[in-house]
Amino acid sequence: MEAFLIEYLPILLFMGIALGMGLAMVIASYLLARQRPDSEKVSAYECGFEAFDDARSKFDVRFYLVAILFIIFDLEVAFLFPWAIALGDIGLFGFWSMVVFLGLLTVGFVYEWKKGALEWE
Amino acid sequence: MIVQTLCFYLFAAVMVASAVMVISARNPVHSVLYLILAFFNAAGLFVLIGAEFLAMILVVVYVGAVAVLFLFVVMMLDVNVAELRQGFLQYLPIGGLIGLILLVELVMVAGFVITAPEVGEAVARVPMPPPEQVTNTEALGRVLYTDYVYLFQASGLVLLVAMIGAIVLTLRQREGVRRQVIAAQIARKRSEAIEVKDVPSGSGI
Repeated sequence: MEAFLIEYLPILLFMGIALGMGLAMVIASYLLARQRPDSEKVSAYECGFEAFDDARSKFDVRFYLVAILFIIFDLEVAFLFPWAIALGDIGLFGFWSMVVFLGLLTVGFVYEWKKGALEWE
Repeated sequence: MIVQTLCFYLFAAVMVASAVMVISARNPVHSVLYLILAFFNAAGLFVLIGAEFLAMILVVVYVGAVAVLFLFVVMMLDVNVAELRQGFLQYLPIGGLIGLILLVELVMVAGFVITAPEVGEAVARVPMPPPEQVTNTEALGRVLYTDYVYLFQASGLVLLVAMIGAIVLTLRQREGVRRQVIAAQIARKRSEAIEVKDVPSGSGI
C-alpha cells in the first residue's frame, strides 16, 4: 500500500509546486507591480468590445450534441481499459460480452452517422 | 504514513468546502468550477484508498466531459441569476424531501455499522485479490465482464439510449445548406469543367 502511494508522490509534489507558483505570481504582481487603476483602461476603445461583459451567450445546440456524443464514446473507451488488462483471465465469455457491448454502441454510431449528426453543415 | 493522513484531511476538507460552494455560489459558472475542484479532490481520495482506476476515470470522464457539459448547459440556457433566486422557495419542498431521504439513508448506513457489524464483515468477506499481486484495474476487469455481465450490458443500453436521445432531441436539419460532396468533386472531369474556345482576333465570342 505504501509503495503504491509512493508512486503518486511526484504528482503530489507537482501539484504543490503548481499551487506555489500560481500563488507566487498572483501575489508578486499584486505587491510589486505599480498599480494605477483608471476607468479608461477597462473601457472599450472606440467601437471595440466591452472589456467586462456577461460570458454567457446563447450558442448553437449542436455544440452540445457533439459534446454528449464525445462523452458516450469516452465512457465506452473507459470500459475497454480493464477489459484489455484482464482479457487473459476472463476468457472467451468476457471477450464476447465486450463484443456485444461494442455492438450495441455501434448500432448507435451507425444511427448517428446516417442521421447526419456528425456533419457540420 | 503521516503524509498519507495529511493528504486525506487536505483532500477531504477541500472537497467538502468546494461542495458547499457548489450550492452556495451565486454565479452558476463558478458552481461548475467548484464542482470540478470537488471531482479532483475525490480523485485524490480514491488514490489514497488504492482505487487508482476509479480515480483516473473520475478525472477523465467527470472532469473532462461531464463538467464541460455542465458548463455548456449553463451557458446555453442563458440563465438569469435573478430568475434562479425566484424559484428557490418554489423548489424548496421537493429539494428538501430529496435531501431528507439522502440524510436518512446515510444515517441508516452509519447506524448499521454500529448496530449490525456482521453486515460489514460479510461485505469484507467478498473475495478480493490482494493489492500486491493484482492491480486495481485488473481486479475490476476480472469481475466486470463475467460476473456482472448483465449490469455491463445494461450500461451499454443506457449509453445507446443516451446517444439516440441526444440526437433525437437536438438534431435539426437546416434547409438549403450547400454541403461539400467530395465524391462529386473527385469524379469531376476536365471535359465537364473547362471548355477551350478558339477566339479569332478582333472579334468577341
